[in-house]
Amino acid sequence: MTDKKKKGTDPKTYKFDTLSLHAGYQPHKNAGSRQVPIYQTTSYLFDDVDHAAALFNLERGGHIYSRISNPTVAVLEERVAALEGGTAALATSSGMSAIFLTIMTLCEAGDHLVVSSQLYGGTVNLFRLTLPKFGVKCTFVKPRDTEGFKKAIQKNTKGIFGELVGNPGNEIMNMPEIAKIAHDAGVPLIIDATYQTPYLCKPIDHGADIVVHSLTKWMAGHGSSMAGILVEGGKFDWMQNDKFPTMTKPYEGYHGLSFAEEFGPTAFTMKARAEGMRDFGPCLSPQNAWNVLQGIETLSVRMQKHCSNAEKMVEYLLSHESVAWVSHPSVPDHPDHDLAKKLLPHGKGSMIAFGIKGGKEAGEAFINNVKLASHLANVGDTRTLVIHPASSTHSQMDEATLKFAGLSQDMIRLSVGIEDFDDIRNDFETGFRAARRPRLVSNQ
Amino acid sequence: MKFKVNGVEVFASTGGRPFDKKKPLIIFVHGSGLTHMTWVLQTRYFAFHGYSVLALDMPGHGLSGGESLKTIEDMADWISDVIDAVGYKEASLVGHSQGCLVILECAFRFPKKIKTLCLMGGAGAIPMNPELLSLAENDDPKAVDLMMDWAHGPAGHFGGHPVPGLYHINTGGMLAKSRTIKNTLGIDFRACDNYKNGFKAAKEIKIPTLSILANGDKMCPIKEGKKLADLIDGSKIEIIDNCGHMMLLEEADKVLNVLKKFILTYFPIKKN
Repeated sequence: MTDKKKKGTDPKTYKFDTLSLHAGYQPHKNAGSRQVPIYQTTSYLFDDVDHAAALFNLERGGHIYSRISNPTVAVLEERVAALEGGTAALATSSGMSAIFLTIMTLCEAGDHLVVSSQLYGGTVNLFRLTLPKFGVKCTFVKPRDTEGFKKAIQKNTKGIFGELVGNPGNEIMNMPEIAKIAHDAGVPLIIDATYQTPYLCKPIDHGADIVVHSLTKWMAGHGSSMAGILVEGGKFDWMQNDKFPTMTKPYEGYHGLSFAEEFGPTAFTMKARAEGMRDFGPCLSPQNAWNVLQGIETLSVRMQKHCSNAEKMVEYLLSHESVAWVSHPSVPDHPDHDLAKKLLPHGKGSMIAFGIKGGKEAGEAFINNVKLASHLANVGDTRTLVIHPASSTHSQMDEATLKFAGLSQDMIRLSVGIEDFDDIRNDFETGFRAARRPRLVSNQ
Repeated sequence: MKFKVNGVEVFASTGGRPFDKKKPLIIFVHGSGLTHMTWVLQTRYFAFHGYSVLALDMPGHGLSGGESLKTIEDMADWISDVIDAVGYKEASLVGHSQGCLVILECAFRFPKKIKTLCLMGGAGAIPMNPELLSLAENDDPKAVDLMMDWAHGPAGHFGGHPVPGLYHINTGGMLAKSRTIKNTLGIDFRACDNYKNGFKAAKEIKIPTLSILANGDKMCPIKEGKKLADLIDGSKIEIIDNCGHMMLLEEADKVLNVLKKFILTYFPIKKN
């Protein structure tokens, strides 16, 4: 028997790089245009009254108004769903609006969420300060405290949320185990996988039910456009308990429609669009959707360069006299190194946190003196970016919250770009020299 | 809605409108291993336009209770029992793939109950690829992956779902994996493979019949659909271009348009 016969037939569905270029789009249905057209329009003609009614009643698929859906945006949604292994996706104006829409689709006043404590500062404030105004309370748990997630579950808990690799400290959630905790409690696991992109990790394969991204970052990749997305895994059974009546019971807003009964593995996305985009309206512009699509076309090649540059940077920082500590999952003594090998086999990402000797003062000097690396509040650009979180992205936190979120005053957050590594290293040398200078002066 | 057939709970989507016994009944029967959700872009139209609709989950599938039925003949009898259970004397039937075998056999067995047939991606016999059958009976998820590959044409593989944001292949795969594969897909595939009465049944069908076939269908090739249609007296054929076996989703609008024309002509709503 030949090897081929032993192995049997394999599906010929398209693989990652092909999907990055083609998923969600058929040129022959768009005047043969090889590139995805930008449908810069607010609204769409109805064939007749019957057709209009059919679209509003969800009898047929199609577009009505670009706040709800748009053909260019829909290509992006399908493409990301395909890459993540999801059933459906809904793009939004930013990553934060994707998170907000996800929570608003999932929760009602009186509900509770269990949330990882190590998140982007804006997300922390959403869960800590803003959602309670809508009656949704949260319990924060440190990302490595897997048992803590279980203990924090309450009767009214409706989900667990976290960033797979926490911002900015690089602590990793044990996603498969936390997914089991969520599923044992009958609630979904929502993972923000912005740092990974589906090239490095597909959270749905590890038990996540909903994945959110700030597409602004590595997916778009060029620092040009804001965008977010939620992706549905399709495995979560909304009808297994009575926790999600807005998914399972007849919905007054759509003639008594039960999203779970009617749409099953795409029910969450359908509800988020039909209700959330209609009522909140955080729609993505078609121009920005197109820009993100351009980025996704080269996602895998960019991520490979980001990750290889990050590994070189880790090696450089670990041996540098001005560096107190380095946090990156590729470092063997990183507490989550083994977990990272399992969850991130194609690369550990390009976000590095490091402590600079000399604390806050040295950190400020470093950032003020690097020239190639850009000092700004973003990550995942093609260019190398640096920031001092304690004085910027996480500056609205008090000292105790900073500590709980795994931050320190000497921490510099680094998003490694795809420049020639030697040039980044030379730039950092300039920054480190400047960082050492004030201490030499003060010691004299 | 949920109701009981032979003491077992059955789920059927009513297309988003309350089930109304005063309206003519259309029953939709899904393909192997799938559920009522495959019909969402056809059922809601009819439910909003004067018909009562039941998009069934076959026993052991989707949200229905019980165990999967093991033969096409048993499934055909069960459809007749459904019509009785909801208090109707007659219905029009729409089937996809395996569902075509089921409704064909049902019309053969219960000619007075069935008013029209619509066969989507159908054939007189559906012999299974032995490897696919074995994978499904052994609960191997690769069976679903292969089925999704072969069942989809360009729209499925590239994308372009009629409902914005949905991705065909992953959605279909998730439907087929929603219950234990060997207990749904495995049993269904074996039932298809064993069924031999399709061509005989076709010769006896005397009701209006429409075959909707796709020229890119690898699961039930178009020539097989035509062979079946040619045996049915007065049968009509509609071809969907550039489309695979999952035509009801891949080209949902085109399929709905031809189905609508057929139903409104041959199973119209009676005016008072």
